[in-house]
Amino acid sequence: MMQAMRVALFATCLVDALFPDAGKATVQLLERLGQTVEFPLEQTCCGQMHANSGYFEPKLVRRYVDTFGEYDAIVVPSGSCAGAIRHQHAMIAKNAHDDPLSARAQATADKTFELSQFLIDVLHTDDVGAYFPHRVTYHPTCHSVRMLNVGDRPLRLLGNVRGIELVDLPQQDECCGFGGTFSIKNPDVSAAMLADKMEAVMQTGAEVLCAGDRSCLMHIGGGLERIRAGVKTLHLAEILASTEEAPA
Amino acid sequence: MTSGELIWTDDPPFPENAQRAVEDSQLRRNLRKATATIRERRAGLVAETPDWQELRRAGAAIKDETLHHLDAYLERFERNATQQGAHIHWARDADEATGIVTQLVHRTGQTEVIKVKSMVTQEIGLVNALERAGITAHETDFAELIVQLAHDRPSHIVVPAIHKNRAEIRRIFLDHLPDAPKDLTDDPHALAEAARLYLRKLFLTTKTAVSGANFAIAETGGLLVAESEGNGRMCLTLPETLISVVGIEKLIPTFRDLEVFLQLLPRSATGERMNPYNSIWTGVSENDGPQSVHIILLDNGRTKALADNTGRQALRCIRCAACLNVCPVYERTGGHAYGATYPGPIGAILTPLMAGVEHAPELPFASSLCGACYEVCPVEIDIPTVLVKLRHDAVQAKKHKAQDATFAAAASAMGGRRRWSAALKTARLMRFVRHAAPPPLSNWTATRDLPDPPPEPFRDWWSKRRSP
Repeated sequence: MMQAMRVALFATCLVDALFPDAGKATVQLLERLGQTVEFPLEQTCCGQMHANSGYFEPKLVRRYVDTFGEYDAIVVPSGSCAGAIRHQHAMIAKNAHDDPLSARAQATADKTFELSQFLIDVLHTDDVGAYFPHRVTYHPTCHSVRMLNVGDRPLRLLGNVRGIELVDLPQQDECCGFGGTFSIKNPDVSAAMLADKMEAVMQTGAEVLCAGDRSCLMHIGGGLERIRAGVKTLHLAEILASTEEAPA
Repeated sequence: MTSGELIWTDDPPFPENAQRAVEDSQLRRNLRKATATIRERRAGLVAETPDWQELRRAGAAIKDETLHHLDAYLERFERNATQQGAHIHWARDADEATGIVTQLVHRTGQTEVIKVKSMVTQEIGLVNALERAGITAHETDFAELIVQLAHDRPSHIVVPAIHKNRAEIRRIFLDHLPDAPKDLTDDPHALAEAARLYLRKLFLTTKTAVSGANFAIAETGGLLVAESEGNGRMCLTLPETLISVVGIEKLIPTFRDLEVFLQLLPRSATGERMNPYNSIWTGVSENDGPQSVHIILLDNGRTKALADNTGRQALRCIRCAACLNVCPVYERTGGHAYGATYPGPIGAILTPLMAGVEHAPELPFASSLCGACYEVCPVEIDIPTVLVKLRHDAVQAKKHKAQDATFAAAASAMGGRRRWSAALKTARLMRFVRHAAPPPLSNWTATRDLPDPPPEPFRDWWSKRRSP
């Protein structure tokens, strides 16, 4: 048998600050699956927002590595942040001419997993025993698909949720227009992309839009709320944590 | 340094251009329809090519090998092309290149030339430079002809008139095409026929042609032009003098390497298994085709891009424009919004790499970093990674006091547990500005609500749960 892993949750700054429910659901889900999860309080942000805006912050890379380097696995309820850790951290350290940090960053990144990857690749389960009797459509976020190659893992997990009615999202591969500070720097293009994404969501007749990134959901959800669309956004973890006794 | 029309210096920055483009309903419809068509055709052909990923890797590897030893391949090309009777000229920038072309045309005694569609001649502003020297250059590609007649600019690398629909094209022909039939309809066949009749006269009477090239083969000294309409074949075979402007990144080592690129290019560019016309010429063939063949090898910022460790992969580009067709930003703004000869994702990296990011500081930000471009690129250019690198260069090159301070403050707040906890307490304030925030967040709340902040951050819930 495998020795008990030391599993840490990297909640991400966005979930910590604005969407604690996604973090709680991740903890509840992992505990239900028999894992002991730790949340080291020294964690803050992976630095993606800075990096993608042109500001490389090796200090945030160092903080991540110092905080999580000792764990066997780090679970991140975000494809985008997991992608940044895997694809940017070592580069940012290297750019600051800190080769030792770059090597440590790569080693820590290698044991950093987006939630659906952790469930399927590490815990080897695609049925987490969830119950969620609602009509749901799933948006595969750009970074989870294109940077992390999560593939159909989230859909396999959702497909095994009892009671769920999963509806395909038309043009699902297309970006919602968030792009971090892109949504502020190029608000018109961002809004035009969002309009098409919202139209696709509405076409499905779903009551819930689900994704593995609270950031994209904040964007699409912010648009849906503005037009009073009556569609709720839930993080993948929230649906997977949902049971008869503790519904999302 | 660069010159010419690589950057349209009189244009406003991307966000401003983009705002206007996004509001243009006709443009939006044209682009939606046209990009979707090419996208679907390409996807279908890629799906039927089982070794597509291997082809992409091979394409990238061949280009990387060439770029690593570019000096040697350029000299090999020069030797072999010269041996075959071509004259090689070297141009550092657009001004030198247009100067050489002008001089060569003057030497023929001609005042008119016919042109094959070519991005590099757009980049150096050749048509305008020739016009200033009293030489009229006629575009012979159907879409380039439309753009030229309308005194417009191309907005796509492969389909330059993608922003025009057929009703608009009919109008342009009626107003500007010599001898356009009065009863011209907007039927595509009728439009093509009108252009064909006009162009045929030019092909048969013009003695000098100007082209670019898709590939320059070091091993043979040959050039290749791939095209769909046959106008290129006419220009490359009928005139007495042929002048080709070729960016130095167009080199490939051997003839055999075409095996890879002639599979990648048509599938990626037009969604075809093969280009209808592939013309290869190697110097001068006695009594066959142009007897005076000139090749201008152009830098114009390419060596600058080559010196950039992260960015040099952009020089692998074979100008297929697959990245434009899948880009959600391009689809909504069109090419003109980029204010540069090369639009779309590849333009957003190539332009600043060649010109210097300080001359195009907005372009690396004209992307949501969704990565669709990288996924389709036939030579695996990691455009998102290069964009991020160029964003870094851009904020280094030019200080934005308010923005720099905001990011510094955020990094500082994220620099320690106590500071972060304190910062999280301010998140509650967001509830007052959820629907209308002050600038720059007003750019968000103009079309979206901000989230309703939670009663407590995640870490407070965690800490209470741990020690109730």
